[in-house]
Amino acid sequence: MYTLNDNIEKPLTQHIKNDGSWLTLKEYESTGGYSGLKKALQMTPAEITQLVMDSGLKGRGGAGFSTGKKWSTIDISENASELKYLVANADEMEPGSFKDRYLLEGNPHQLIEGIIIGAYAIQASFSYVFLRWAYHLAGEALTQSLQEAYDAGYLGKNILGSGFNTDMSLHISVGRYMCGEETALLNALEGKRSNPRAKPPYPSNSGLFGKPTIVNNVETLSNVPHIINNGAEWFLKLSKTGEGGTKLYGASGKVKKPGLWELPLGISLRELLEDYAGGMADGYQFKGLLPGGGSTDFLLEEHLDVAMDYASVAKAGSRLGTGTIIVLDDKTCPVGMVHNLERFFAQESCGWCTPCREGLPWTAKILNALETGTGKADDLNILEFHTHYMAPGNTFCALAPGAMEPLQSALKYFKADFEMHIHQHKCPWNS
Amino acid sequence: MSLELMMAKIFIDDKPYEVDGSKNLLETALSIGLNLPYFCWHPAMHSVGACRQCAIIKYKDADDKKGKLVMACMEPVADNLHISIEAPEAHAFRAGNIEALMTNHPHDCPVCDEGGECHLQDMTVMTGHNERRYCYTKRTHNNQYLGPFVNHEMNRCIQCYRCVRFYKDYAGGNDLDVFAAHNDVYFGRQEEGVLESEFSGNLVEVCPTGVFTDKTLKKHYTRKWDLTNAPSVCHQCSLGCNIIASERYGTIRRVLSRYNGDVNGYFLCDRGRFGYEYVNSKNRIITPAKSVNGLFAAITASDAVQEIKAIINTENNIIGIGSPKASMESNFLLRELVSPQNFYAGVPAQEGKLIRQVIEILDNGIVKTPSLSEAKTYDAVFILGEDVTNTAPMLALSLRQASKNEPNEIARALKIPDWNDAATREAVQGLTGPFFIAAAHDTKLDDIATGTYHATPDQIAVLANTVAGNINKQLSFATADAETEKLAGTISAALLNAKKPLIVAGTSLYSEAIIQAAANIAYALKDQGKDAGLIFVLPEANSIGLVMLADQYLEQAFDQAVTKESKSVIILENDLYQRTDKTATDNFLQYFTNIISLDYLENATTRNSTLLLPAGTFAEAEGTIINNEGRAQRFFQVHIPENDIRSSWKWLAALTAAYDSSLVNLDQVIDRLITAFPALQAIESAAPPAGFREDTQKIPRSPQRYSGRTAINADIHVSEPRPPADPDSALSYTMEGYVGIPPPALTPFYWSPGWNSAQAINKYQIEVGGDLHGGNPGKRLFESDPNSKTDYFNIVLSSYSPKEGEWLVLPLYHIFGSDELSAQSPAVAERVPHPYIALNDSDADKAGITEGAIIEVLLSGNKKWLPVKLKMGLSQGTAGLPKGLEETAGITYPFYTTLKIAGND
Amino acid sequence: MKEKVLTSGDISEIEKVYEHFPLRSAACIEGLKIVQKNHRWVSDDAVKELAELLEMSPAAIDSVATYYSLIFRKPVGRHVIMVCDSVSCWIMGYEGILNQLKDRLQIGYGETTIDDRFTLLSICCLGTCDHAPAIMINNDLHRDLTPDKLDAILETYK
Repeated sequence: MYTLNDNIEKPLTQHIKNDGSWLTLKEYESTGGYSGLKKALQMTPAEITQLVMDSGLKGRGGAGFSTGKKWSTIDISENASELKYLVANADEMEPGSFKDRYLLEGNPHQLIEGIIIGAYAIQASFSYVFLRWAYHLAGEALTQSLQEAYDAGYLGKNILGSGFNTDMSLHISVGRYMCGEETALLNALEGKRSNPRAKPPYPSNSGLFGKPTIVNNVETLSNVPHIINNGAEWFLKLSKTGEGGTKLYGASGKVKKPGLWELPLGISLRELLEDYAGGMADGYQFKGLLPGGGSTDFLLEEHLDVAMDYASVAKAGSRLGTGTIIVLDDKTCPVGMVHNLERFFAQESCGWCTPCREGLPWTAKILNALETGTGKADDLNILEFHTHYMAPGNTFCALAPGAMEPLQSALKYFKADFEMHIHQHKCPWNS
Repeated sequence: MSLELMMAKIFIDDKPYEVDGSKNLLETALSIGLNLPYFCWHPAMHSVGACRQCAIIKYKDADDKKGKLVMACMEPVADNLHISIEAPEAHAFRAGNIEALMTNHPHDCPVCDEGGECHLQDMTVMTGHNERRYCYTKRTHNNQYLGPFVNHEMNRCIQCYRCVRFYKDYAGGNDLDVFAAHNDVYFGRQEEGVLESEFSGNLVEVCPTGVFTDKTLKKHYTRKWDLTNAPSVCHQCSLGCNIIASERYGTIRRVLSRYNGDVNGYFLCDRGRFGYEYVNSKNRIITPAKSVNGLFAAITASDAVQEIKAIINTENNIIGIGSPKASMESNFLLRELVSPQNFYAGVPAQEGKLIRQVIEILDNGIVKTPSLSEAKTYDAVFILGEDVTNTAPMLALSLRQASKNEPNEIARALKIPDWNDAATREAVQGLTGPFFIAAAHDTKLDDIATGTYHATPDQIAVLANTVAGNINKQLSFATADAETEKLAGTISAALLNAKKPLIVAGTSLYSEAIIQAAANIAYALKDQGKDAGLIFVLPEANSIGLVMLADQYLEQAFDQAVTKESKSVIILENDLYQRTDKTATDNFLQYFTNIISLDYLENATTRNSTLLLPAGTFAEAEGTIINNEGRAQRFFQVHIPENDIRSSWKWLAALTAAYDSSLVNLDQVIDRLITAFPALQAIESAAPPAGFREDTQKIPRSPQRYSGRTAINADIHVSEPRPPADPDSALSYTMEGYVGIPPPALTPFYWSPGWNSAQAINKYQIEVGGDLHGGNPGKRLFESDPNSKTDYFNIVLSSYSPKEGEWLVLPLYHIFGSDELSAQSPAVAERVPHPYIALNDSDADKAGITEGAIIEVLLSGNKKWLPVKLKMGLSQGTAGLPKGLEETAGITYPFYTTLKIAGND
Repeated sequence: MKEKVLTSGDISEIEKVYEHFPLRSAACIEGLKIVQKNHRWVSDDAVKELAELLEMSPAAIDSVATYYSLIFRKPVGRHVIMVCDSVSCWIMGYEGILNQLKDRLQIGYGETTIDDRFTLLSICCLGTCDHAPAIMINNDLHRDLTPDKLDAILETYK
């Protein structure tokens, strides 16, 4: 469904079969799978980390932090802790995001190989794949693939005669968006409530069970075998704007062709929206979009030429996030859309810190009042207040500040629409 | 522990301060005296950064004008750091944070018990938030029944998480937790029921709002500002935790923790907090009485005094029996009255000799006996023969903290500051340090124990000796069996490896061998150059004090009464039937013509007395008691009752011919006492004398806002009576007087402008969480002498030899039940167990006895039928009886008994 | 003697999980999942038995169980329908799907049909937004939905 006859190199998705089945070990090996691991085991862990750093690979979970740099924070000297962990964050629950699902259901071995290489780079003796419950098919895929990997000697003791031992285990979660936050994920893996942790200390110091830990996104890790095989230069050249690599971009909403495409990192929003998603569906006009999932700021028509890379989107006042755009059409109420998002965030709050726990339900209630025609003039001031109250750093983790991104940008760009709700005592879209 | 005090210079709102570099910014600001609001941080539990209330602005450097909002509790002090508390952005955020909390907080203030000492009220006022913009519904919760001590009102919760952090992380409880998520989080039990932790009552002070409140106070609720208070000392065990007791309308309304940085810190156990209601019991003796034809008739105080004076003047050798519950002053004056040779410590000789042994060990000071608070700093613990959770509960709480010291090094190695609570616990992963318990049965500290050993007292002493022998190879003690040797090896290695090993023992199992063996271990550690500590648990609040005044005991009183041809006995605050068997006590009492009892509550002894004098409890008396570490602490009278109840020593002073009773005050009694007993000199410095004034003013017992003083007595007389005088202390029975922070020993309540709750304690401390301005109250009698020569004990084991078909019966202690007075408080009484006999599981199995089966036992010559309790971890051949219950009063332990299934003949 | 909820099969399944964790308490989420898989939901008794097995207190178990949205602490029907109500499904009309289900089954969120066949719950973003609106029934994903497709889908769940 996502294949297109363009001449773009698509290392992540080119072998995915699109018939609902995933690549078996043999199939994966026939595409060159696990050659990256073999090559990596000939290098030193420090060399691998350096290579990944040079490639420019940034965290694809939304934060965009240099993966190589993150790995380099792990002490691998003789003084280091014997027990270290690598965790693949497969808890994709960001509203509007569906990219990791595709990789997990299509090519689980690619992820596994990436994790093993990462484990080797940070000398982790144990890895987890933390998978959200809803991705049931992916769970089956990973379970089968892990067994295949063990049987083939890619996991366990003395992998490929290298002397390196590492084990991997799948953990399927039981809900809660918070589990996608790396420190909260670690708490969930420890069998606790997924409240986040304060940093410092960073997980690389005291992570899973108090041991040095790295958490990486599925898409991030899936890139690793290819970087090992083809080098840093190759990876950098894949992207349009020099940040390195391809990106899985997606589109949902009232577009002609909602979907998922692997494209060079840094294509423009316009290309994604018009060329790949086919533009707006018949009868709908473009009003705005969230470029990277529910917790990013709206962008408008005027931003459509922005390159979809981390730096450019940030410069435009938003975030690349997961790179899956949620499109707002002219027949959908922006207040309703933000209300839906704030209700989501309010309900997914873990309940640990005051601003998120108390502030988010309040914003949701105000938006509900606006939608149902009981909004008041001062409501916009209160909403504005909340976008400052829950600014980054004011809360314990990034959930609430993320929740404020669509709200603050909607207040900026769709102010008139909000005011209509107040003055007309109803939602103009719902009558 | 950071041994080096690293100082740092920081700038708060451009003002420079030299501060401790190891702390976080919140505790630093509070220690300086600045008013920075907070909720989730607590000086005993440190920082988690959840509530976001303590927001300040942190600047990159002196030139940065914008800065960044950060949480003070999670920010370390750093040299040259610039921060602002007063910046408008920080103010606005803190006010907004309160506004967010207020969206769900009910408008309960007028009907909420917390009002007037509510931290949330204080912080709301402090931030200036005062206008509601939120106009939607509030989330509500159902409440749970949590037992007779703590009330639950969840709607008021501000989700600061302090309750579960205290209950689980600090106190080791596991039946209170947080449930659900987002703004629906709920703090309670998995299902309704009595809170199991012995420290549950601290929730009422730890909770910053009215979710958890004192249920006993609720029965007779009074606002904080309407209470008359006194600094007092808990009388319900030997630890002497400091308390504040409060009264209105003639009844004691509640007991709060009084901060003492050396003793109990911020907390109390539930027996101390909720066990006060016996003071208000209808069984109080409130008037002198005389027994006429088997019935008591009330007589006036002066008649009573005259009658007793007549007896004293005409008789020789009046026996005086003192009490480990009574104050030094009361015991001393009785001794003066009857003359030293006729004064007996009112405990059995077996107990008295053990207490004397402990006093000798403390006095010799070969090894340090740390205070209750200092016990928290030791990193390896070995408990011998004590169920500390039930015999000295707050010591169990200290020991729990001690068990965290060694594993906390893991966090320190990761450069996690001590105050970063969540990160420390994550790094430590629940590990506990070396902790060994040798007891008669399972105890509640077992969950943190590295190893436990259940055995008879003698076997425990042998284990202890073996440990001592491992530590100091020059000691040649008889070797134990292989298994014991192995365990002893583990224990001695752990103690030798520790920085500060602590040995805990006590009198509970009535074993001299245990006490001496414990000392031997500590001495051996000292001889190996270790900084060892030795703590003893004693039976009652003033056990040490009493035995320092007399070295003859009940049995001798019983014997000598006959040889001395005594006709009268004066019994001070002591129900003899609790102490020895009924027959012996009956015989003793029947011997006398006059039995004069000074006591507070009716009991078997008072019922057999001929003359009664109403004695004051800690609430209606003042005096000094000496705790288990030898600390003399003064407790002050809370109120003057409207009946004849008064301090026992006041009655005795009236009776002592040498005094003109109208002149005597407490200071004069103390003077005489320390003249007679120079070793007790410290008693004088336990508190300032009655003549102390702040400026020219006394310290008022009531807060400034105390109301209704005129109205209270209006039904008796329209004119307001003059407040009663207090010749015995520098406190006054009014709300007028010094407004400020009094000396710690004289602090009747905590208040500072803007701080109406217990958090005001911050203002009384030099550094938050540390010592009080003016020093922690109390004065120790004994200090260790590092140069003293070690003198090991030659342990003599008991000469008991077990007979076939007999079980060794040991006492089992209950926090609720084994203390005579608190067990008579209604809330505590609900938690007292029914009598039972505990057996070893396999012994019971072999004898065909199942749980709940009724067993016939001989107790003090009488047959008793008791249900069996199993699964208590008793060792084979031993049985246990709950100590101090009505049915098990007066039993001497240990003893051997046969067991018969009831009905089997 | 009251019958236990956890069977010996449950217990051995849970015990196998310990190997993956350094602490027994870390296995509590796995334990809850296994109980739910085998019993459809986690009752109060199950919480207490699981607590005993894992050497934790019932409160500690329930603290975790009540936090996670996919642990059911109330009985559910044979089939659990989870309707995604997040933003992309909302834009693409999930309300129509929800209303159709409510109407067809005569139950609202949190309720179970009288014949114990279906329980209706909401769920957050299922991660298939390009095929919105979507729902899950048990472990099955159903997407690209329109109200008229629902009858046929429901039919397959007896």
